[in-house]
Amino acid sequence: MSMRDSMLSFAGARYLWVALVLVVASVVAYLWHDPIGVPNGGTWLGYTLGTIGALLIVWLMLLGIRKRRYGNRFGTMLGWASAHVYLGTALIAIAFLHSGFQVGLNIHTLALVLMLLVIASGMFGVFAYLRYPALMTRNRDNTTRDAMLDEIVELDQQALALADAVDPKIHAAILRSNERTQLGGSAWRLLRPREDTDSAIDQVRAFLEQKDAEKRKDGQTRDMPTMFAMVDFLSSRAADSKNEALRKLMDVLARKKTVTTRLARDLQLQALMEVWLYVHVPLSFALLGALTAHIVSVFFYW
Amino acid sequence: MGERVDIAVVGSGPGGLSAAARAAELGVSHVLLEAAPHLSNTIFRYQKGKHVMDEPGILPLRSPLPFKAGSRENILRDWNAGVATLKVDVRYGHEVTQVARDADGFRLQCANGATVVAKHVVLGIGMQGNLRKLGVTGEDLPTVQYQLDDPDAYVGETIVVVGAGDAAIENALALAKNNQVIVINRRDEFARAKEGNLRLILRAIEEGTIQCLYNAAPESVEELRVGRKRLRMHVATQNGKAQILCDRVIARLGATAPRAFVEACGVVFPSKDPNAVPAISEKYESNVPGLYIVGALAGYPLIKQAMNQGYEVVEYILGRAVEPADEPLLKAKFRNVAGITSVNALLARIQERVPLLSKITPLQLREFLIDSEIRTPRPGDRIFERNDYTNTFFSIVDGEVAVLVDDAGKQRIALKAGEFFGEMGLISGRRRSASVVAQSNCLLIETPRRSMNRLIQSVEAVKREVDKVFIARALQSRFTPESGIEKLKEMVESAEIRQYKAGDVLFKEGEAGDCLHLVRRGSLTISRDLGGKEVVLSYVPAGNYVGEMALLGESKRSATARAAIATETIRVDGEAFKRAVGRDPLLRLRLQAEYSTRTAANLAMQQIGAGSDIVSFLLTQGAGEATDILLIDESLCVRCDNCEKACAETHHGTSRLDREAGPTFANVHVPTSCRHCEHPHCMKDCPPDAIHRAPNGEVFIADNCIGCGNCERNCPYGVIHMAAKPPKKPGLLQWLMFGRGPGPGESPYDPLKPPSPAEKKAVKCDMCKDLGGGPACVRACPTGAALRIGPDEFIAYAQSRR
Repeated sequence: MSMRDSMLSFAGARYLWVALVLVVASVVAYLWHDPIGVPNGGTWLGYTLGTIGALLIVWLMLLGIRKRRYGNRFGTMLGWASAHVYLGTALIAIAFLHSGFQVGLNIHTLALVLMLLVIASGMFGVFAYLRYPALMTRNRDNTTRDAMLDEIVELDQQALALADAVDPKIHAAILRSNERTQLGGSAWRLLRPREDTDSAIDQVRAFLEQKDAEKRKDGQTRDMPTMFAMVDFLSSRAADSKNEALRKLMDVLARKKTVTTRLARDLQLQALMEVWLYVHVPLSFALLGALTAHIVSVFFYW
Repeated sequence: MGERVDIAVVGSGPGGLSAAARAAELGVSHVLLEAAPHLSNTIFRYQKGKHVMDEPGILPLRSPLPFKAGSRENILRDWNAGVATLKVDVRYGHEVTQVARDADGFRLQCANGATVVAKHVVLGIGMQGNLRKLGVTGEDLPTVQYQLDDPDAYVGETIVVVGAGDAAIENALALAKNNQVIVINRRDEFARAKEGNLRLILRAIEEGTIQCLYNAAPESVEELRVGRKRLRMHVATQNGKAQILCDRVIARLGATAPRAFVEACGVVFPSKDPNAVPAISEKYESNVPGLYIVGALAGYPLIKQAMNQGYEVVEYILGRAVEPADEPLLKAKFRNVAGITSVNALLARIQERVPLLSKITPLQLREFLIDSEIRTPRPGDRIFERNDYTNTFFSIVDGEVAVLVDDAGKQRIALKAGEFFGEMGLISGRRRSASVVAQSNCLLIETPRRSMNRLIQSVEAVKREVDKVFIARALQSRFTPESGIEKLKEMVESAEIRQYKAGDVLFKEGEAGDCLHLVRRGSLTISRDLGGKEVVLSYVPAGNYVGEMALLGESKRSATARAAIATETIRVDGEAFKRAVGRDPLLRLRLQAEYSTRTAANLAMQQIGAGSDIVSFLLTQGAGEATDILLIDESLCVRCDNCEKACAETHHGTSRLDREAGPTFANVHVPTSCRHCEHPHCMKDCPPDAIHRAPNGEVFIADNCIGCGNCERNCPYGVIHMAAKPPKKPGLLQWLMFGRGPGPGESPYDPLKPPSPAEKKAVKCDMCKDLGGGPACVRACPTGAALRIGPDEFIAYAQSRR
């Protein structure tokens, strides 16, 4: 085994070649074959390809069992996954050649559609597996999920303590923001994370602006276009302990924003790598059902 | 004057307790002096409910007191009952501070003022030492503790932690989760703490989760009857006196090492090594006549051994001949050897034939033999194979063996009776450098790594002899494998052993070269300064040499050699080396060939730039001492944790790896997982010697683990856990169809069954050595992200990731 094998490059892409040979052989047979009438599933070639396809589907579904047989010594998971990807893709060709490209509004085409959906979700899976891991590592920046969660809890407490020293209104705003920060939970939340630090930052900023407006009324006329300038301004007046606390609060909130965004992205990426399975696996079982119905009905009405 | 007894026993651990009980049983006048207010302080301090095991199972128990595997509570209860029934004269709170010899025998002075005069003294004080106390009034209050078993047992308390060492910091941090913690530091910084602990405590102090009083000293502690807090502590600080109201004081002030006390009694230790134990006679008598030593202090850390010794030592003191408890075990060892009739005859023959073992006491030899196997291979039997990972040591009592250096078996070296072999694997921790085949009439002693290392550490003469032979053989096999050692005589004489800590520099780029280093344990990195950046060019494992380039052609060092981990080298003098090369044209040719391949490899490495960073990263993770390390390519890892699930499923439900933990660099992730170190830290202090290395290199824990947790503490990589065997899982179909119990890959918790307080044992990665086909974690990875490699492959791995 070379030092860097992925699902696609496993053993010199051995199963790509197996799949290609299978597809090419099927195409050649299809072109060479001269059936009575249009090509369809009822010819000897149709039955042959149908049998190959059905067996392939059953075998592809066995991956779920093989994956859970952790002590199994028959091949590695990498090899199985590689074969699963390539042979699963080859199924598209086999299925269409089997049916002679006939489709209709019937149980047979239902099986075909389900199969295509399963394969499409699987292809998304391959894409996700190749694309997201590196993004996730970059986003993590050498920390762990637990460490990020701990940090958020800690920042929340710090923010509350600081807000307490400033103003009851700010305290309430921070508290509300903390309560509203929700990471994970439903699948939807994982994929579309929401966190509420912005509103807290906005309210602190509004508070600052309000204070500033009051000051301006008292005769001070400095322009305050950005939050950063404000922080600069505040830090220059270190004597005021409230301002000091406000400055710290801004820092804490900014940090929290960074960490929550990162954590949310982490959860999102993980969810992206898992969510397709919730389509792929149930549809596979549906496919198995439709396939059974397809086979039984074909033989029943023979 | 003090009272007079025949036997004074110091320390009521298993050994001392058993000795005092035997004396009481025989009606001999005795006294048992115990510093703590209860028996067997070490076992008393075990965690509540801890299951104590009774290894070694084959050794019979010989003591008036009962002992069998069971909970700490049951064992202590049985011993307390036994002590009461036998009317053992035990004195609690008697800490012996001095043992002096005079005309009457020994005078034992206790900290509480009591004096005892005894004809014989039995020391059974163990290795744990006495915990240092606060030294102020109130130090013995029940809520003033000197250790912490379970930080989670306290919630919502105000706790004062006294001390600035690692133990104090770890306790304070753990307690701060659920309690208010105040640390009292006598100095103005945490100077003794490990870096990681230091960072954590300073952060906690900065954040205010822990309060710290620097330059503060406790003055007294008093118990309060009223109010919400139980204690009041008076503290002297920089700014004057202060009072702290608290619930509990935990003082972690270290322990007074027993060695100083033992040496003050006149007992001599054979070496400065902290693990060394005093030499004692066959009858457990130390170099001070009348002063006997039993138990862990004598080098016998297991409870049953110590109890047997306690019994035997009293018999010996009374002048009775008692067959040692290990006699049947030793007899069984040579049952199949012709011509040996008794244990003593065997011991005599070994000491007469094997010079190395003639330097040790008969008791040491007995112990050595109990751990060892006596082997009588037939001519032609393979004793071990080249490239095996075994690390036992062999002494030849009779006959002859042939050492086959190369695979073809062309180069043979004959070793005769009295010589030894296997020292290379033992010292380097690497694969065997040669195969060994038995010749006629062989009688060999095969000794496990730990017993041999203990012997080397405790007997200086043995160490010298082994080192001398090691140097000669290592130089000869590396430089002149086809001819004898004579040509290298001058080099061997000039050679000496040097030790380096991780990161130490052996020589620097640009220095003048005056010597050559052959690595004998550990490993080195060779690096060059390229544009102000240190670039690692190669990795030099044990068995290879560095520094010859400057001696052969260039006169300046062309690169820097640095110890990757704790390393020992054989330093050969440059002039002697040059003369040897000058005399031997064959050697010159070989060196030149190696020189050019090495230069080419260095050049290739220099060109890949970024790959060098990966190697440096791996080495800073301590991967240099690994023999096989799990790496995860995070550009492929989909975080499915199938590796962990596979590990748990194939190993009694507990995963031995933690995928997520651990650092990442350039998408190379080093998870928390066993590296199967060359010199495994976990093996260091295993009382039943349950940790071994299999021939393919897997370091594993055998079933005779007693669950003491030493390995868990000794492992610097945190890869060992204590775990109990979970209940059996239902089958895949049962889970799938009927929803029975936890499914494959799920944690073994079963809500229908209450968790049983099962005995916990240490578990770690065994590289699935019993499964065949390689480790399950790697086999179960669906994306090819998980990979196990050895340090020799780091460079190739780094290059593959360019």
